[in-house]
Amino acid sequence: MTTTTIAPAVISGTQPSPLRIGPAKAVRHGLALAGRGIVKIGKSPAQLIDVILTPIVFLLMFVYLFGGAIAGGDVAGYLQTITPGIMVMTVFQASIGIGVSLNADASTGVFDRFRSMPIARSAPLVGAVLADLVRYVVCLAVLLTLATVMGYRVQTNPAAALAAIALLIAFGMSFSWISVYVGMLMKTPGSVQGLMTVLVIPLTFASNVFVPSQTMPGWLRVWSDINPVSLMSDALRGLLNGGEVAGPLFGSLVWMAGVVVVFFPLAMRAYRRNAA
Amino acid sequence: MSYAIQAEGLVKRYGNMVALDGVDLEVPVGKVIGVLGPNGAGKTTTVRILATLMRPDGGRATVGGYDVMKDPVRVRGLIGLTGQYASVDESLSGRENLVLLGRLLDMSKRNAKARAVELLERFELVDAADRPISTFSGGMRRRLDLAASLVGRPQVLYLDEPTTGLDPHARNEVWEVVRRLVADGTTVLLTTQYLEEADQLADRITVFDHGRVVAEGKPGELKRRVGGQTLQVRPTLASDLDEVGRILAELTGAAPARDLNTGLLTVPVADPMLVSALVRRLDGAGVAVDELGLRLPSLDEVFLALTGRPAEESKRNTQQNPIAERNVA
Ligand SMILES: Nc1ncnc2c1ncn2[C@@H]1O[C@H](COP(=O)(O)OP(=O)(O)OP(=O)(O)O)[C@@H](O)[C@H]1O
Ligand SMILES: [Mg+2]
Repeated sequence: MTTTTIAPAVISGTQPSPLRIGPAKAVRHGLALAGRGIVKIGKSPAQLIDVILTPIVFLLMFVYLFGGAIAGGDVAGYLQTITPGIMVMTVFQASIGIGVSLNADASTGVFDRFRSMPIARSAPLVGAVLADLVRYVVCLAVLLTLATVMGYRVQTNPAAALAAIALLIAFGMSFSWISVYVGMLMKTPGSVQGLMTVLVIPLTFASNVFVPSQTMPGWLRVWSDINPVSLMSDALRGLLNGGEVAGPLFGSLVWMAGVVVVFFPLAMRAYRRNAA
Repeated sequence: MSYAIQAEGLVKRYGNMVALDGVDLEVPVGKVIGVLGPNGAGKTTTVRILATLMRPDGGRATVGGYDVMKDPVRVRGLIGLTGQYASVDESLSGRENLVLLGRLLDMSKRNAKARAVELLERFELVDAADRPISTFSGGMRRRLDLAASLVGRPQVLYLDEPTTGLDPHARNEVWEVVRRLVADGTTVLLTTQYLEEADQLADRITVFDHGRVVAEGKPGELKRRVGGQTLQVRPTLASDLDEVGRILAELTGAAPARDLNTGLLTVPVADPMLVSALVRRLDGAGVAVDELGLRLPSLDEVFLALTGRPAEESKRNTQQNPIAERNVA
């Protein structure tokens, strides 16, 4: 052989230490793939139908159908309490879709191509989680517009409202790692959907979104009080309507960190296995 | 000699099923190796291990001197992969796919766009560049797939059945691309079920069956290993068949096989010099022939001899390699 550009390692006899992708590069790759996800949503906006309809249905149903019974006629006051809670619930719902779509995606050749490139292993998953930003924004825009039409008003200030929205989006992205993990674990998109739906019900309904915890039997109340959906709803009520923020905010952040610390590595491991 | 790919004793199991059972492979830098084998032989499994998509259960492999298990990121920096199944994003356009890959390979936006245009031009996809891939023909998809695996100018390229399902025209296009890449110094590992393809493109062929290498060598060597040459004669007039058969039997000492449909007489020969003797005898007897030739066994026959069964899906290689006169007299 004459000129060779490869096989440098064997000549020296000592292998260099394995090349790793640094965090800065990993972020860049994740962002590039998030861009791909956003372009894809732009091309088929029908994917957004769930995040457009869910908030509408929830808001109308809970305020007008159950609101009278639960709040004893004070529908305006109930709207004020329930809107932050429904924001949490719909973002939470939106965050479980990711496992379903990743499950379908990861078995395609496209993901094989990503895996065969010198990019961070996590980039395709991180990219997908970040691209969901679009879904959360659409979801919250629809919800807040409708709530405002129905009479909801932010009682605090725009800065607090923005903080609330940013916090909620971070909440959705953190919890979506559970869905990513399930998506990497299950064989079919249908089974991901099924399992996630079952997981979400005790989190969303056994919470203080629709009724105050005080009205619940003891055991349910204990759960409701530490339920991340309840804590996040309380934090949002504080930020949007006024009231205590620090306690529930701390609880929510602990949950978010805990979920990421546990489920990000699990999801990555399942993703690696998934390939073999 | 330096090797772009070296694999030793690769083993891969799926549950109880042994997909690879000790595969050795060596590909010198700048060469094309053809991995030939029927369905389930383990071709894709081998490619996936060498592309760091999957870890072997036993054995080791290096690409460009880097261990696929210990230093996968460096290996990924050297390779390009065109998988057996489409590996571009259907919901993006061709251009968007290529630009995204360039960005992932740390090109600037400008460079990624320029590289995409360069590849689109080279693969004659400029007109379709901004169309959804769902509107592409099979051949266009395959070309885009190839383009996608070349964005990072890989030094080692894996092509897993690159032409399966393509019509002959599209297949020729892919072959042309591969030839040009090799001319530029790329090392190529190509898997195929088409014997003709391996014969056309590969410097060396490795034949897989049931997860093992059953034969290895240059296409010509493999053909020779399986058996000697065959002499074939087709008299113009069917009435001359008997006469020609007698002459052949006398010269070779063996009774020729007769195909009554094609009017072809076939007999194994040890000494190629017999051809000229045959021509003189036929001349003397005043027999006209349409065809007269010596041929090596086709790769189909190689495959049958090595594995005990015919290569699947391959169309019978009817083309011969006439190395003696044709249409004599
Ligand atoms: N994920 C898997 N789980 C179980 N068995 C598998 C898996 N992938 C491959 N196999 C089996 O391993 C063997 C080798 O498969 P492989 O895909 O490598 O063959 P191949 O030579 O590429 O075949 P083809 O020509 O059909 O593409 C086959 O018997 C196949 O059924
Ligand atoms: Mg295969």
